[in-house]
Amino acid sequence: MAIDLPFIWAAIIAFAVIAYVILDGFDLGVGILFPLFPDKPERDQMMNSVAPVWDGNETWLVLGGGGLMAVFPLAYATILPALYMPLIAMLLGLIFRGVAFEYRWRTERGEFLWNWAFAGGSTVAAFSQGIALGALVQGIPVEDRAYSGGWWDWLTPFSIATGIALVVGYALLGATWLVMKTEGRLAVRARMLAKRLTFATVAAMVIFSLWTPWLKPQYLERWFGTPTFLFSIIVPLLVIGCVILLVKGLADGYDRQPFVAALGLFVLGYAGIGISFYPYIVPNSVTIWDAAAPDSSLAFLLTGAVVLVPIILAYTAYAYWVFRGKIREGEGYH
Amino acid sequence: MFSGNEAELLARAQFAFTVMFHIIFPAFSIGLASYLFVLEGLYLWKKDRVYLELFNFWKTIFAVAFGMGVVSGIVMSYQFGTNWSVFSDKAGPVIGPMMGYEVLTAFFLEAGFLGVMLFGRERVGPGLHFLATSMVALGTLISATWILAVNSWMQTPAGYAINDVGQFVPVDWWKIVFNPSFPYRLVHMVLAAYLTTAFVVGAVGAWHLLRGTAPRRSATMFSMAMWMASIVTPIQIFAGDEHGLNTLEHQPVKISAMEGHFESHPNGAPLILFGIPNQDEQRVDYAIEIPKLSSLILTHDLNGPLKGLDVVPRDKQPPVAIVFWSFRIMVGLGFLMLGVGLWSLWSRWRGTLATNDMLHRVAVAMGPAGFVAVLAGWVTTEVGRQPYTVYGELLTSDSMSPLATPAIATSLVAFIIVYFAVFGAGTFYILRLMARLPRDSDLELKEGPMRSSGVMSGAQQKPQGASHGH
Ligand code: HDD
Ligand code: HEM
Ligand code: HEM
Repeated sequence: MAIDLPFIWAAIIAFAVIAYVILDGFDLGVGILFPLFPDKPERDQMMNSVAPVWDGNETWLVLGGGGLMAVFPLAYATILPALYMPLIAMLLGLIFRGVAFEYRWRTERGEFLWNWAFAGGSTVAAFSQGIALGALVQGIPVEDRAYSGGWWDWLTPFSIATGIALVVGYALLGATWLVMKTEGRLAVRARMLAKRLTFATVAAMVIFSLWTPWLKPQYLERWFGTPTFLFSIIVPLLVIGCVILLVKGLADGYDRQPFVAALGLFVLGYAGIGISFYPYIVPNSVTIWDAAAPDSSLAFLLTGAVVLVPIILAYTAYAYWVFRGKIREGEGYH
Repeated sequence: MFSGNEAELLARAQFAFTVMFHIIFPAFSIGLASYLFVLEGLYLWKKDRVYLELFNFWKTIFAVAFGMGVVSGIVMSYQFGTNWSVFSDKAGPVIGPMMGYEVLTAFFLEAGFLGVMLFGRERVGPGLHFLATSMVALGTLISATWILAVNSWMQTPAGYAINDVGQFVPVDWWKIVFNPSFPYRLVHMVLAAYLTTAFVVGAVGAWHLLRGTAPRRSATMFSMAMWMASIVTPIQIFAGDEHGLNTLEHQPVKISAMEGHFESHPNGAPLILFGIPNQDEQRVDYAIEIPKLSSLILTHDLNGPLKGLDVVPRDKQPPVAIVFWSFRIMVGLGFLMLGVGLWSLWSRWRGTLATNDMLHRVAVAMGPAGFVAVLAGWVTTEVGRQPYTVYGELLTSDSMSPLATPAIATSLVAFIIVYFAVFGAGTFYILRLMARLPRDSDLELKEGPMRSSGVMSGAQQKPQGASHGH
């Protein structure tokens, strides 16, 4: 066998999804926290801290979706109908929060509307993504290359729990982002919130880890079989490490450390889910090799991706660098 | 298992609705991004502040329109999977990688530099800022290129084989991307976007000229827009004609529907100007026709033979009335645009371009013409392709997701309500921004000669303007 293109692509798609989760995670988190900061100048700062970068962050979602269609069409064609309702809700949520970035500055009388659109849209999008994740973990039945379940299958106590968990987790990312990017009272309050959200997030991760093995025996086997049990030891240890860095960073007044540690938590949680899934892309129904498009498709897009993804990362980093540093009260881009 | 027909109709309605909304924004932002590029380039080159002021004025409008394009586009990229999952599974290996390239080469480029373009002028300086503007404009054009390659492949598929599970598999990527209708569709669409923008800019300029608010900037933008209208419209009409000839070669049934030719005409087909297509009876009622003209246009021969819809069975015909009428709307608007372009040339030659109130009123009325023409053109293209999603290969009714009717019905209603509310509000804000052009004299009082922080459009600007980019 030459190169295992489906495997490489699974890694790239996994990268796109985690890039989306942590990047849009923090700006959705800022939206989720919006109602907790009633003052206009503070809200202006919050929004301005993400205004120049949110569009780029959301583009990873388009890459995740578009990439899935290109390289794992069968997965795209079965997961999306199965998660129809939560995905539509997510799209509608993203519409509201996306337009709020511009509309909010275009009206005084209607500003409150777009404050709600920003907060509500962010929360709905995060919650739906969590539900979609939960439903995916539970498994999606596939027959004859098509989704064969019903249109309410996604709704279970487990998926609701993952929905809430993701809202909490994104709020943590948002709070630590604000600690890093803002000053004054806003930063102080964000720091306080981040402490509480850290505990909530860790609790959610623990519940999730204890619950999933009960859903499917495969997950249990995966975590405690050889050689993967090594990860079962390493991942929780690293999680503990991140929590310590996060809590200490918040307590000792560091600005960047909490954000980085929170990102670490997300990456580890994501790696855990990845370990449970592999080699399935639609859990228990379709493996990455079953779902893969022919090699001629995979190779064609890979040629470009190898060159373009590093370039994208470079200019994205540049855009973040242009807007580096803290936003002060009264200063804005708008 | 699923009540096929209703679900299919609803899914089609939802797709058509969301894509028609989406295309409105790119049609404007492709052109506007290029216009901003030109304005900033002119400012850097000529150092005339009028260009910078226009740049800042249009940049704010661009930001709002672009935001709407982005959120409606994200919906599109998920609709293929949610509503057309069988199509996605089958055609994914061919169209997926092209959409993947669109994300990698265009969407990231736009999104990455958009922040710098909108908010970063003070942070990066004029040179890099111009680079950011250029990248955003380039991104919109690259985006149009890939998505039109996708769409054109669905119209005129080439370079593929079909594997044992019924998927289209790529054989020759060159043939897939440069499929027979792609070059025509790309040229026609990009010109359409430029014209759409030109008529919007022209209408805004004309409106302010009529009100006399900011004569210098209004006259500049009006004149620039009218140059576009007079130069690009004839090219567009020529391109549209070429596009039609290409379609005659590859999708003759669509041309029959556009022309309203139910019968074949072995020696010379008439051009039906107007009439009421009656698909049940397979004829056009009350037709007003010019003998032989259709053959002359399409075959360049008065007696050239043209096939009609009678060569395909009834269930393989597209809905003729929609195609017939939408085509006429587009062409009619094309000729109206040509008229405005010529009139503006006449006025320019007479030296009355900035003072001709009649011309200005007509230009204001023509502001939305580009959008209507674009929508009409796309309806012609897409409805004329029916009943296929991949022309001649995959029927629309075989492309559907296995969805429950109430699920699609609910989402369709939700999309309709949300789109009208959200994009309605956006359109209102854009119109209000367009109406605010501060008086030239006010600006001169407030601003020193060279302040790079820029001049804002009107009331939303804070007087001291600490570090506003927009
Ligand atoms: C400003 C917009 C605009 C204007 C003035 C015109 N068009 Fe157009 N037309 C479009 C915008 C457009 C479009 C929206 O961009 C379409 C839809 C798909 C495409 O490629 O271009 C289109 C499609 C389209 C098609 C369908 C091709 C196919 O689906 O295979 C034909 C034959 C023409 N056009 C021909 C014309 C002619 C003869 C025009 C002369 C008056 C004209 N168009 C003016
Ligand atoms: C370039 C990208 C596009 C792609 C890939 C695409 C794809 C499709 C597909 C898969 C369908 C079949 C579903 C159906 O029958 O409803 C469709 C139909 C349709 N599309 Fe497009 N489309 C594109 C652009 C557009 C645009 C820009 C417009 C709008 C103005 C448009 C208008 C329509 C309409 C009106 C239908 C319904 C036709 C019918 O059902 O009779 N499309 N398109
Ligand atoms: C069904 C077909 C289509 C899909 C799936 C689609 C998808 C998308 C997506 C996901 C975005 C947002 C990109 C971002 O995050 O920045 C977008 C924006 C855009 N689309 Fe589409 N699109 C479709 C049809 C079209 C057509 C027909 C054109 C033009 C010819 C077009 C041109 C653009 C452009 C230029 C943008 C940039 C943003 C803007 O102008 O608002 N798209 N599209």
